[in-house]
Amino acid sequence: MLHAAWIIPALPLAGFTLLVLVGRKLGDPLAGWLATVVMGGSFVATLVTFLGLRAHSAGNRTFIQLLWNWVPVAGFKIDAALQVDPLSITMALFITGVGTLIHLYAIGYMRGDERFARFFVYLNLFAFSMLMLVLGDNFVLSFLGWEGVGTCSYLLISFWFERERAASAGKKAFVTNRVGDWGFMMGTFLIFSHFGSLTYTDVLTKASVSAHVGRDTATWICLALFLGACGKSAQLPLYVWLPDAMEGPTPVSALIHAATMVTGGVYLLCRVSPLLSVAPGAATTVAWVGAVTALFAATIACAQDDIKRVLAYSTISQLGYMFLAVGSGAYTAGLFHMVTHAFFKALLFLCAGSVIHGLHDQQDMKHMGALRKWMPITFATFLIGWVAISGIPPFAGFWSKDDILAAAWHKSWGLWLIGFVTAGLTAYYMSRQVALVWFGKARWGETTQAGHGATAHEEPTAPGGAGHEEGHGATPHESPLVMWLPLVVLAALSVVGGVINLPWHPANFLERWLDPVVGPYSAASVSTGFKLFSAIATTALCVLGIGAGLRVWGRSPEHATLEPAVLRNAWYVDPTYARIIERPGLLLSNFSAFVIDRQVIDGAVNGVGVAVRGSGRQLRRLQTGYVRNYALGIAAGTVVILAYVAFRAS
Amino acid sequence: MGGLPLATTQTADWLVFVVASVIVLAGGLGVVLSRNPVHAALFLVQTLFGVAVLFVAQQAHFLAAVQVIVYAGAIVVLFLFVIMLLGVDSEEHLRHEPLRGQRPTAVLIGLIGLAEIIGLARTHWVTGVHAVGGAADGPGANVEKLGRSLFSTYLLAFEVTSALLVIAVVGAVVLTRRPLLDGSDLSATVDDGTAGDGTAGDGSAGDGTGGDGTAVSGRTS
Amino acid sequence: MSVPAPWFLTVAAVLFTIGAVGLLVRRNVLVMFMCVELMLNAVNLTFVTFARALNDTGGQSLVFFVMVVAAAEVVVGLGIIVTIFRRRPSSTADDLHALRG
Repeated sequence: MLHAAWIIPALPLAGFTLLVLVGRKLGDPLAGWLATVVMGGSFVATLVTFLGLRAHSAGNRTFIQLLWNWVPVAGFKIDAALQVDPLSITMALFITGVGTLIHLYAIGYMRGDERFARFFVYLNLFAFSMLMLVLGDNFVLSFLGWEGVGTCSYLLISFWFERERAASAGKKAFVTNRVGDWGFMMGTFLIFSHFGSLTYTDVLTKASVSAHVGRDTATWICLALFLGACGKSAQLPLYVWLPDAMEGPTPVSALIHAATMVTGGVYLLCRVSPLLSVAPGAATTVAWVGAVTALFAATIACAQDDIKRVLAYSTISQLGYMFLAVGSGAYTAGLFHMVTHAFFKALLFLCAGSVIHGLHDQQDMKHMGALRKWMPITFATFLIGWVAISGIPPFAGFWSKDDILAAAWHKSWGLWLIGFVTAGLTAYYMSRQVALVWFGKARWGETTQAGHGATAHEEPTAPGGAGHEEGHGATPHESPLVMWLPLVVLAALSVVGGVINLPWHPANFLERWLDPVVGPYSAASVSTGFKLFSAIATTALCVLGIGAGLRVWGRSPEHATLEPAVLRNAWYVDPTYARIIERPGLLLSNFSAFVIDRQVIDGAVNGVGVAVRGSGRQLRRLQTGYVRNYALGIAAGTVVILAYVAFRAS
Repeated sequence: MGGLPLATTQTADWLVFVVASVIVLAGGLGVVLSRNPVHAALFLVQTLFGVAVLFVAQQAHFLAAVQVIVYAGAIVVLFLFVIMLLGVDSEEHLRHEPLRGQRPTAVLIGLIGLAEIIGLARTHWVTGVHAVGGAADGPGANVEKLGRSLFSTYLLAFEVTSALLVIAVVGAVVLTRRPLLDGSDLSATVDDGTAGDGTAGDGSAGDGTGGDGTAVSGRTS
Repeated sequence: MSVPAPWFLTVAAVLFTIGAVGLLVRRNVLVMFMCVELMLNAVNLTFVTFARALNDTGGQSLVFFVMVVAAAEVVVGLGIIVTIFRRRPSSTADDLHALRG
């Protein structure tokens, strides 16, 4: 059963190839169904492999399936091989599972788009790349997947590339990711130069013997890889692409920017946990960066008007939590939160998409309200997602967030405090969103203008999306089955997802499952007493946050003091980047283009031509056409020769 | 030479040399400086005579004779014929020189060249190589010695020069022929269009009509 | 002949220079040709002088050939001049400048 592992990435790849060839002919909606079936098949294969892995005893659960020898160079052997172990199978399970649901949703969401088939081409390619990222058995293969998901992210964000904002967002995502990728590459180079090999088994078994790698080297490696993770998982300072990435279609936001791609960084750090455990400086950096990012993003989310942007900043914040966990040595907690977050964040995004679809491409929350009467299913599922993310027991988010906070306390009380405050803010801004969208007065009939200021907006002339004509003041409607079915499934998972790792034995399935991979490197767990205290305190704060949000925003959508400009403009980070990075860059490139290239190089090249022409023109004056001038030349030459002869003769 | 005292012979020699040289150089200047080409031709004759005298003074009697007969007698006559043919009254404007800097440069180059040649003339140029063509002095007439040299050592050159003469004659005939009506002549390239008498003067070199409708068989008067 | 050879050579040199400068300065084609004849004569004089000084009839033979070639050259040259300048009343060497660059 383990031999089915290769099917997991192969099916999406096959789907991609098929859709490239005949996708246009299959059209809407057949191409979408093909892609979804392929993903479903991949999920089944993952399940089979998972069961096969479970059949083995706990210590025996690492299995390498060699596909072929890729680079058979002496001293630098890279194989195309898949590593099936608890960590990779866990990732593959929720990637394929959530992925299938989102593919299904997208069939309904993208109906009517003129590039329907191409969307699924990209989605399947993305799935393949993500699976290679987590299933690869060496850094190079993972990097292949890493780059692949970056590329697909670019392609999908700028799917509606006729819109300047979408194209620009895609470019921003790609470029920012690239900065991170440089970090990944540096880390890989360091690993290879130090360990002489790039396969996980080789490197990580050696690394766990701490005499093998010095603390400094390990720290540099981990920091370099963390830089890559910052790019991919949108942490400070490379998070700037994720809010803009909301220009892409909502299924993309759900799949890539909530559930899967952005978790790649967390996966990477968990994978190199042996290295991280011998580099405490790096681990501390990871934890603090994660915590600060979480708080930072949460503050911004409190003042955003666009429904998707709130969720984007929320994603950044929750990712911060995951890094906080990883940095504190609680790998299981981080992965647990990754899984639960995938459920409820994907759910929230798909619900947002449903709302946008139902309101004919309206994204500004200030123009929504009282939608609960018209979109009941979406309303119910959204509520479930809301409660889950707010950390209310017994929903999934509560358990995972609590584990993280406990681990943070173990590392430093400051980290715990930041996490604590952020949890409250999370509850607050999500409640604000619920109040603005689902309760209060119905504001969607008031105006059909595009939203204010900083909101990203799918304009009514967008070539894709809902497929309706814009109706001024037309009533919102619920989504079709193909769209609300995934919502229901994800909601169910958000409710019960917590059971995979309840904090007492023997219900801590995930912890025991992941133990062979990350167990030896995890920090010791905190006393149950403190855990209980933390849990109660956090829950209380979250309830307060929910109350505040609902009360304040349920009454009226206008509270300017609670939305200061600095938060609305995301702490002015983008303009600052523009000033310190773009401007000098532009100056340099202008200088290179207009001074160096045009004046110096072109000048030199053209100058050669000018010199030749000029000298030719001067030499031409010798050709007067008069015989007597030529005779004069001959006479002069003769005189010179005579002079030479006379000189020699004397 | 007979019984004149050496001093007298020397004086005579010098006198002859000086007079002949004056004649030569005056004639040369006359050629260069006269406005009328006929005058120039006559001055040329003067120079040629002077040179012939100098030849005689150097015991090259035969060459002196040939000089007068061929150069002064044939070549200059040829010059005069052409001058008559082309317009004896074509006078040049000597004062004005259209090409900038030509005159000063020419004079300068001439002077420098003269200085160099004279400098060379004064150097030691005897190489000690044996005489090839036989001794020039000694008993016997100059003609005989020259003939002997010509017909033995330089026989090949002699035959080649005779061929050259034939070619020159043929060339002269071909060049100055009246143009045929099919325009296969060089003179048809004269761009004022007329091709000489005998044609209708339409100027184009490519057609074969006589312009007045008569068929011309290709031989003109 | 008791006049030493260098004197004759000097005369020949001066004659040659006069001919050369005349060739460069005059514009009438026929006069230019005559200047060429001057130069040839100067050369002939030089050869004869050397024939005397080196006691070698080769010099004189060479003069013979020079004269023959000069004659042939004059014939052909004047033929060309006639051909080109037949119809131009006041043509000079400067009128042929079609090959200017």
